Amino acid sequence: MIRTHALIKRFGSITAVDGIDLDVRPGDIYGFLGANGSGKTTTLRIVLGLVLATSGEIELLGRPMPRRGRDVLPRVGSLVEGPAAYGHLSGRANLALLDSSGRDTVRATRQRRIDAALERVGLAGIDRRPVKAYSLGMRQRLGLAAALMREPELLVLDEPTNGLDPQGIREIRELLLALNAGGATIFLSSHLLAEVEALCTRVGVLDRGRLVVQDELDTLRAPTGRTIVRTPDPAAAVAALDGRVEYREGELVIVRGGDPAQVNAALVARGIPVTELARERHSLEEIIFQRTGPSSDRVDPT
Amino acid sequence: MIAVELRKLARRPRTWVAIGLLNLLPTVVAILLAVTKIGPRPGEGPAFLSAVLSQGALFSVAALAIVLPLFLPVAVAVISGDSIAGEAQSGMLRYLLARPVGRTRLLIAKLVAVFVFVVVAVVLVAGVGYVVGSLLLGNEPVTATTSISSVSGTTLTPGQIAVRTVLSIAYVALSMIGVAAMALFLSTLTDSPLSASLGALAFLIGSSLLLTLDAARALQPYLPTRYWLSFVDLFRDPIQWYNIERGVGIQVVYVVVLLGAAWANFMTKDVTS
Repeated sequence: MIRTHALIKRFGSITAVDGIDLDVRPGDIYGFLGANGSGKTTTLRIVLGLVLATSGEIELLGRPMPRRGRDVLPRVGSLVEGPAAYGHLSGRANLALLDSSGRDTVRATRQRRIDAALERVGLAGIDRRPVKAYSLGMRQRLGLAAALMREPELLVLDEPTNGLDPQGIREIRELLLALNAGGATIFLSSHLLAEVEALCTRVGVLDRGRLVVQDELDTLRAPTGRTIVRTPDPAAAVAALDGRVEYREGELVIVRGGDPAQVNAALVARGIPVTELARERHSLEEIIFQRTGPSSDRVDPT
Repeated sequence: MIAVELRKLARRPRTWVAIGLLNLLPTVVAILLAVTKIGPRPGEGPAFLSAVLSQGALFSVAALAIVLPLFLPVAVAVISGDSIAGEAQSGMLRYLLARPVGRTRLLIAKLVAVFVFVVVAVVLVAGVGYVVGSLLLGNEPVTATTSISSVSGTTLTPGQIAVRTVLSIAYVALSMIGVAAMALFLSTLTDSPLSASLGALAFLIGSSLLLTLDAARALQPYLPTRYWLSFVDLFRDPIQWYNIERGVGIQVVYVVVLLGAAWANFMTKDVTS
């Protein structure tokens, strides 16, 4: 759905995007992660043809961008760096204006599509008040409605849950899962790891303009081959598992060997109580910490 | 897209406030003249104003002359400077381009909308000027016998006046499209509509200033505001075409060059707003 090859974007002497090979496949919910300023939004803008790449190739729905944007962009819904609207107009008027701006607009179905999109994002009962009177969360929902109006095959969403409260975040997550189940591919950028972990099937991690990780979330979070044991008697456990303990802190003991059942059997055989037992998996946060540098909005003296 | 842009323009209160204010000043002038009966002496004050006390029909061109030096360019620069920069500032530019609206198509639609605004504003100023002038000033019925005198002192028939007023409207509109092209070009350069509008005005003020400076004489024939008031020549008898032709030529060159620059810049612009 989205492919880039050796994508580079320089703004003057700053290289914002440095050789990215992005690969978003049909049916993915792709989480695009990275610190502030790592190049997420610039990459998104290049994919949508808003920013012109310095070099590299971009394919959107199988067509080269930005050359064939006219053919493919109508099949893409987007929310880039926050929603936008004409403040003096109502939400409906905004959706109608944006829809009628495209060459492909179908006037006969417009009202129905507006209603359906507003319904999906939870703004079905919205009145005629102007958008400037909307709360941040309502604007975000309106922006999502605009992205959904033409039932896109691909959704490109930059921080889609920005400004929403916890209930709102959950609603939007469920909405995105439903859209994905209905066949839409979703490419979303975020710096909220929990959101990406809860939602995405694939992740790409950007670090200062470079794509340092791109893989299935399940692969990244595959068991590490170690077992986590929690026991009120860690000293006895260490003795029982002679030599296989790699790490111990308080009641926590990390054991080499990926079979919890076998570890459990060894402990229980000696009468050592076990309160928790699990395969060790890396969290997304650990993976990102391992592979990326310090936060890019940090300014250290040189 | 053109219809969409016109709808956007028409739904902005600012558009109508600008047109209202444009008509307010000439109307106030007409009322003052009607009440006090003190007209400027010939050759003083805005063009035609000395003549309107007896010839109310001329007030439509007088109204144009009143708003032309400042009011009209300010209104046009504000509306035109908002074209692209305003969309960028509100963030809608990225959504329009991703909708997708082709960049050329968007620019043309904006241009047409500004063009329509200019024509509507100029025609309304002239029209309201005519109505106000006829009601308040020189209320004598215009017939072939009570003909109106030209700036040169000879007489013009009402038919001639009508034709020349229409030509004036077209000429003033073209001058304002020069302003619009400047503001539109700046509007593609910056994400701040205020900067674009003020930049265009600064350009015009600079031009007006240089016109008063003898040392700048070599530049003066090429300054955009040089021939703005030359539509007065349409009311001479016979019409003195020389300055009108120069004025039209200069405006066309400015419009073509500035719109070309606007297009070239907008096509390759990184939309980061």
